[in-house]
Amino acid sequence: MNPVARIGLLIAAIALVAAAPWVGIPLPPLFSEALNAPGSLNLLALCFVFGALALSYDIIFGFAGLLSFGHALYFATGVYVGAIALTSWHLGLPQAIAVTLVISIILPLVVGAVCLRVRDIQFAMVTLAFAQAGSILVMQNPFGLTGGEEGLALGANVLPSFLTGVENTRNLYWIALALLVAVCAIGWWSVNSSPGRVWQAIRENERRVEVIGLNPYLYKLGAFVLSSFLASAAGFVYLLIEGSASPDVTTASFTLVLLVMVVLGGVGTLWGAVLGGMVYEYLDFRLVVLSNATGVQSLPAFLRIPLSEPLFILGVLFIILVLFVPGGLAGALRRLNPAFLASSGSH
Amino acid sequence: MSTVILLLLTGLGLGGLYFLIASGLSLIWGLMRVLNFAHGALFTIAAYVAWSATAPLQNANPLWAWIAGLVIAVVAGGLAALLLEVFLIRPLYARPIGQILVTVGVALAAVALIEGIYGSDPKQMVLPTWMSASTVIFGEPVPNTRLLLIAVALLVLGVLLFFLRRTRYGLIVRAGVENRAMVSALGINVERAFTLVFTIGGMAAGLAGFLSGTYFGYIDPARGTSMLIFAFIVVVIGGLGSVTGSAVAAAVVAIVQQFLNFYAAPGIGDFSVVILLAATLLLRPRSGEPA
Repeated sequence: MNPVARIGLLIAAIALVAAAPWVGIPLPPLFSEALNAPGSLNLLALCFVFGALALSYDIIFGFAGLLSFGHALYFATGVYVGAIALTSWHLGLPQAIAVTLVISIILPLVVGAVCLRVRDIQFAMVTLAFAQAGSILVMQNPFGLTGGEEGLALGANVLPSFLTGVENTRNLYWIALALLVAVCAIGWWSVNSSPGRVWQAIRENERRVEVIGLNPYLYKLGAFVLSSFLASAAGFVYLLIEGSASPDVTTASFTLVLLVMVVLGGVGTLWGAVLGGMVYEYLDFRLVVLSNATGVQSLPAFLRIPLSEPLFILGVLFIILVLFVPGGLAGALRRLNPAFLASSGSH
Repeated sequence: MSTVILLLLTGLGLGGLYFLIASGLSLIWGLMRVLNFAHGALFTIAAYVAWSATAPLQNANPLWAWIAGLVIAVVAGGLAALLLEVFLIRPLYARPIGQILVTVGVALAAVALIEGIYGSDPKQMVLPTWMSASTVIFGEPVPNTRLLLIAVALLVLGVLLFFLRRTRYGLIVRAGVENRAMVSALGINVERAFTLVFTIGGMAAGLAGFLSGTYFGYIDPARGTSMLIFAFIVVVIGGLGSVTGSAVAAAVVAIVQQFLNFYAAPGIGDFSVVILLAATLLLRPRSGEPA
């Protein structure tokens, strides 16, 4: 396929997905309601956000080879700075976005500059430490800003009217789709740019990059800031969709879940990570619904209980993938159809 | 003054818990280079197995229920670790990142399963009379559980040091921490030592899981994960593969945490030790590697 046709196909696909709010057909058992019902659109919007978030994590973990255990901190930055700017500082939406964007660059710049002084497992531990510090801070509710364990609800009249109310779910759906498209475009462009190729070289052999005469530190910092920034953008859109900030997104478990998403999809492939993030979020949401189905509820306890816990099913699925399918879903699809690799033209 | 004594002993009791988790984690990391995220799950599994096995006995005879629970927790923790090592870690010896990922999967899945079976609400432990009481030390009543934790931690420290310094397998483990490749080159089966160290670590984590129920008075599914983070901090500050280092670091971390949480503000202590971890790694970048 030539590049022009491929771009045309991509635009057509995006337009098709963007048209979902006008499609009133029910899609059981994929969704419990029609495709354009607010519940389905809300779930899809969340899937898009997590696809974007997984991609942002794949840039740093899959492409630059940096195992960070603190990515939750940057998603949470988007969620909490946005929420605080809107509720406590009473900023309008454009100003709140501007403030969040600025902090989303400064914070990873500072934390990354410090963390990247060490590498490998030490890097993982330092990033974990900073993320944990952020989590403790949020839980302590300093100056009544974060709401502690309760979290922070945006409340009425904080957001413009086109973003609130059930009938406006379609606007949030389009915003989430726009986020995903933008993050994919930035991700694709960055890993194929010349710094992006240096990231992959660092992943393979950092010393060699140094010997060539490049400074790996600056490239790694660039990857760290870009991936954190994209995570914060996803966090802000997540805040708009949920209408509240919950401390769950600050925890170490949330970073582990991100790791699961990326590995599920396929480390080091952009579309694999997006797929992993979307599939994970979809399953996490739908498995709860399915577990309440009468078929599952009538099973004996030793089958019913594991099947009612989405995280158990996803955790086991993850272990099986790590053991037997090292390339994740992307790798599995590739092995099924080698021609698919050639035509999709990914990495 | 009496508050200081109380905080010190409470801190040492908590440090005992940290030590029980961190010692296994440190040996596993030192010998196998596996960052075991499932260590918190071993803690939780053992605590719940012991709790549900002894639940019928707890009200009738708390002391025997407690002793039985302790033994069951140690066996359950060791068994779970053994299975984890043999079936999930061993196939991935050639893929270090894969090993970490598998332990992450086990951590998430096991805690979710425990929540599914027992619910996320805490389960109360019925303690023998002596453990619910206090001993007056320098005019301040100190809960006996704190003293018990300190005693058990010291006992485990002694047993581990004896194992490492006086037995043949301990020698292999110590040599493996120093230089794994050389030990294999001498024709010694290091992989058997991996399994042994993993099992010992699991037994210590199981013991910690059960004793956390004694210390806090209840068990809950989330405790293992939050303890694991502090245990990581202890391992890094104490030095990789060093059991004595873990013991000292566990005491220091827990005491700093207790004092700052009490005198500064709740949460400041937790925050400070996390920052202490970052500072240690940044000032001593090789603190995660063998000395």
